[in-house]
Amino acid sequence: MNVAVRKTAGQPDAGALKLQAARLRGKIIEMSHAAQAAHLASSLSCADVLTAAYWHVLNVDPKKPADPLRDRFILSKGHAAAALYATLATKGYFPIEELDTYCKDGGRLAEHPPANLLPGVEAATGSLGHGLPLGCGMALSGRIKGESFRVFALLSDGENNEGSVWEAAMFAAAQKLENICVIVDYNKWQATARSNETLMLAPLRDKWAAFGWDAHEIDGHDVGALAEAMQRIPNGSGKPVALIAHTVKGKGVSFMEDDNNWHYRAPTAEEVVKAHKELGLA
Amino acid sequence: MRNAFADELAKLGNEDARVVMLSGDIGNRLFDKFKDKHPSRFFNCGVAEANMMGVAAGMAMNGLRPVAYTITPFVTTRCLEQIRTDVCYHEAPVTIVAVGAGLAYSGLGPTHHACEDISFLRSIPNMVVICPGDAFEVRAALRASMQQDRPVYIRMGKKGEPVVHSAPIADFKIGKAITIAEGTDVCLLSTGNMLPEVIEAAHKLKESGISAKVVSFHTVKPLDDACLKDAFARFKLVATLEEHSLIGGFGAAVSEWLADTQTPVSKFLRFGTPDAFFKKSGEQEYAREMLGLTGHQIAEKVRHALA
Repeated sequence: MNVAVRKTAGQPDAGALKLQAARLRGKIIEMSHAAQAAHLASSLSCADVLTAAYWHVLNVDPKKPADPLRDRFILSKGHAAAALYATLATKGYFPIEELDTYCKDGGRLAEHPPANLLPGVEAATGSLGHGLPLGCGMALSGRIKGESFRVFALLSDGENNEGSVWEAAMFAAAQKLENICVIVDYNKWQATARSNETLMLAPLRDKWAAFGWDAHEIDGHDVGALAEAMQRIPNGSGKPVALIAHTVKGKGVSFMEDDNNWHYRAPTAEEVVKAHKELGLA
Repeated sequence: MRNAFADELAKLGNEDARVVMLSGDIGNRLFDKFKDKHPSRFFNCGVAEANMMGVAAGMAMNGLRPVAYTITPFVTTRCLEQIRTDVCYHEAPVTIVAVGAGLAYSGLGPTHHACEDISFLRSIPNMVVICPGDAFEVRAALRASMQQDRPVYIRMGKKGEPVVHSAPIADFKIGKAITIAEGTDVCLLSTGNMLPEVIEAAHKLKESGISAKVVSFHTVKPLDDACLKDAFARFKLVATLEEHSLIGGFGAAVSEWLADTQTPVSKFLRFGTPDAFFKKSGEQEYAREMLGLTGHQIAEKVRHALA
């Protein structure tokens, strides 16, 4: 068994992580403004999950993006690509200046993460319901090859509409893939409506539990709590783990929070300044 | 073809630790030889083909050589988006093996027929499409696919079809058609499980004094350019034969090739299934007869075209 050397799982520094999450949000807002691209609110709602993952949990080295023993993080909700790009660039997977090319002609940073093009992007996503099956395949390849890495997949709540998510959920449970952790960014909105008024997700934790997962609800903006819960994978339950992360769409900016117009809207220059001020970045 | 596939897979499993078998809850006992030796590399993925294809892609992206297998419509159209996005977009070396191509499972009804899969799969970038003509071609195609660093689709018939080749095909090459019989008057380009009917047609033609060349054109993508050039240069009649829709299949691919290469044609016939579901009850032989795809019907139509 090739055991990955895991970072000491020390207590997360919640204060430092919080500051990092604010910086990440500031960057995402700048990118959305510069590109006039959609999905800003979806990116803001998962900024704390990405911060916990990349600044505390994942055993990854930006200089060795193809290390077979690395932990895998799959942004299954690929429409939050801006959040992933900002994270990867800040971590040094590619130059921070490349973020200026987001959605620009000829660049690598398309509106959804590309395949086999950008270091750190584990899977091309954008069509929903693909990340978890891919993650199951990755986790099983680790088991077959005796590599002990972990797989994290970040899903949107709307993504739980897709049948393939539940196919994979049953499969992971049957295979006892305890190295897999799903985080559901449960911001209660999908593209055009309240998620529970579109397809009934509630009770979402119970659904994942009924599908054989060790399922927990968590505050998706408590970056310290997220870091602790994700760092515990595998947690000894013998089951894959689902973290139903309660979030607010557009989190961090008062005039964007829980306002679904920001699923598609991009901010003006004035709004960027205002948002940065609220995030304590001005 | 089916049993040859299972047998060859067991051998490949012994030779190559990267080979993983994923089944969509079919093939009861068929894979026992593989399972007994490599239980950790066999997965019954249940009746959940979208997940199976995604899992296969995830494995292939991490250095394994998964084979994903079930009945043709379920391992192609049922999970087409996973094939396109997870497998082909990522250039993940997954080998998709389908059983029951065309009308092989005619008796099970149109839910189990597969006369559109070549059309769908060959239009996806990075995909190789192979339709073996007999059990030996299945073995060779499977073996060759494991040496590829890209997605491969292998479209099999069922079990117990006539075996055409007399021995393992040592020089099998993806994209290189195999000449089964030489001839001078007509060139019959057969793909997939139609091969025995086409050989039968050649026999019938011989009785009428017509010499037919028979080719097992096993790879529909990429096409064998040299073979096509030679066929259209030398023969006054060339025919494509497939148990697949005339829309988007092998014959359509050759038509595209003709247009794109500006190749002059004297006579060109396409044999395939029509733009309709075959709704009648009945086995494959009956369905072929109804659709004009049996050896004697092919011979008749060729004779007529040459007259």
